[in-house]
Amino acid sequence: MSALADLFARCRAEERAAFVPFLVAGDPDLDATERLLLALARAGADAIEIGVPFSDPIADGPVIQAASERALAGGVTLARILARVAHLRGRLGVPLVLFSYANPILALGAERFAEQAAASGIDAVLVVDLPPEEAAEELGPRLAERGVDRIFLLAPTSGRERIDRVAKAGSGFVYFVSRAGVTGEREALAAELPRQLAAVRRRVGLPVVVGFGISTPEQVAAAAGLADGVVVGSALVRLAHDCRDEPDPVALVEERARQLAAATRREKARGPLLGRWRRGRSGARSG
Amino acid sequence: MGRWKSGPDARGRFGPFGGRYAPETLMAPLAELAAAYDRARRDRGFRGRLAGLLASWAGRPTPLTCAERLTAELGGARIYLKREDLLHTGAHKLNNALGQALLAAEMGKRRLIAETGAGQHGVATATAAARLGLDCVVYMGEEDMRRQRLNVDRMRLLGAEVVAVAAGSRTLKDAINEAMRDWVTNVATTHYVLGSVLGPDPFPRMVRDFQSVIGDEARRQLRRETGRDLPDLVVACVGGGSNALGIFAPFLGSPSVRLIGVEAGGRGEGAGEHAARFGPGRVGVLHGTRTLLLQDEAGQVLPTHSVSAGLDYPAVGPEHAELARLGRVEYTRASDGEAVAAFRLLARTEGILPALETAHALAEVARRAPRLARRHLILVNLSGRGDKDLESVLAHEAGEPVAGGGA
Repeated sequence: MSALADLFARCRAEERAAFVPFLVAGDPDLDATERLLLALARAGADAIEIGVPFSDPIADGPVIQAASERALAGGVTLARILARVAHLRGRLGVPLVLFSYANPILALGAERFAEQAAASGIDAVLVVDLPPEEAAEELGPRLAERGVDRIFLLAPTSGRERIDRVAKAGSGFVYFVSRAGVTGEREALAAELPRQLAAVRRRVGLPVVVGFGISTPEQVAAAAGLADGVVVGSALVRLAHDCRDEPDPVALVEERARQLAAATRREKARGPLLGRWRRGRSGARSG
Repeated sequence: MGRWKSGPDARGRFGPFGGRYAPETLMAPLAELAAAYDRARRDRGFRGRLAGLLASWAGRPTPLTCAERLTAELGGARIYLKREDLLHTGAHKLNNALGQALLAAEMGKRRLIAETGAGQHGVATATAAARLGLDCVVYMGEEDMRRQRLNVDRMRLLGAEVVAVAAGSRTLKDAINEAMRDWVTNVATTHYVLGSVLGPDPFPRMVRDFQSVIGDEARRQLRRETGRDLPDLVVACVGGGSNALGIFAPFLGSPSVRLIGVEAGGRGEGAGEHAARFGPGRVGVLHGTRTLLLQDEAGQVLPTHSVSAGLDYPAVGPEHAELARLGRVEYTRASDGEAVAAFRLLARTEGILPALETAHALAEVARRAPRLARRHLILVNLSGRGDKDLESVLAHEAGEPVAGGGA
């Protein structure tokens, strides 16, 4: 059983959604990233998404764009990120998902990347501009050979045909983009999200993780009622940057992550997912 | 030399290049766009509406000019200029912007977005949007907005909203990033009018097809004018490469015609000093397509420079990458200085101010024409007018630094 399959089985048994924080590797340097990864693991992250900075991140909003620029200014590369992950892997007891754009991976070479990612202890890879049709040739099979899960995105625009294609090509989990748009914090979750997630779940056997625009514990709680896992990215990236001059910035991020992780626990009382969902939305509005 | 088939394949590939490297949110809309375009290009009604607007409103056909004094000055092959500078708004960009705007309207999308560098494509899109009664938002780097004040005012006058892009290098590449982010967010109501033969399928083939009116007309006009069926040489500048593919398209299947694309050699060989993708460029993925890309060892996109904003982009259209691989098109480069000299040469000999982009093609003509006999014919795509570039030319000659930008 893969680390991710293990994880989702455990979360199901504990009646909660998985908490999956995201950060940009190397923002502002890899030592900071190492401290944050350890803090997120302590705070109850079930898996962590490690973002590889790219010069032209077309799927990202301003917070992650700025973080990527800081990381690149510090000279971070994909190879250095993988080397650091390898060094850190034994101390991080959670599955790691590498989140990248295609070009840094292709520059390293699909074969070499797959080999190094597997050797570093990366459990899964998500390439935001490499849909299943383009991954099939080079990267997909090379990751599969080495037991690294292939995470693909689904979006509100994905019709049945694309849902089925992703269900077939992916492994580990499917990442549902909560709304058409780029990454970043939003006031409220999309009203259509419950219906869309239900449609995806009907056709996909894999766990479904939801992300893009989820930033508060209220939103996490609402999304946790609808999906197997919840990703929080920009909110944590922004917090880590904003509090960089505080005496203990890592502790502040850890505390926030703890609150977000706690919000993934589903209430026992039924009427269930939707009541919780509504509260999450109104909570988000008032917040 | 491989026999050229009008690509791409069903996956949007030109050999190993092209494809659809897009975020999932755009994959279904891209398929929808491809289907709508495939219907439109076979639809006599659509083709008739487009041809009608191009003729009655945009000024097609554009003339073919025999450049007698330039020919005499260079003392070799006879030179013919395809006058896209005389198309409405002053550049070839309108052929594509109008085609896509019409398609968007047929798809029920009432909002157009576009990227622009120097402003030519932004102006063309704003113009087409005004004519068809569509909303228009143009993304433009802050740096380019400062340097192209007049085009910004033009776009606003045409009813477009111009959005300043403050990220990255604040030029064309960053404007495309921001336009793609808008499209991902508003794809249900919005069509992205991409300005060159770049981006995910179907853009490279769609933009090429809308621009191939240039080559189709030129071929007919040349036959009428000279009695010759084919030129010996066709020369065009290559940024993304839409004006070049537009004039090359009808000649790709005629191996006797030498096709030459001219890139921006900038002011030097180092990274960030030029925008010459053939040679130092390696295969990579940017803005939805796999192609030759100026990038560092770690796969980060490199900055570029050219005196001409429209050639100042780190990637080249995927079909060009394939044409180079097959050896069907030769790619060469002209420096900032050579382009400015050619700009002056054409102004002085023919009374035409060419765009600085176009001046790169003319610099190559100035190198080649003297080596050919008078019986040889050179066809040049005079892709745009140069009024917009006067300041850049004067600044270059005064030795002032000219920052990059894009079309």
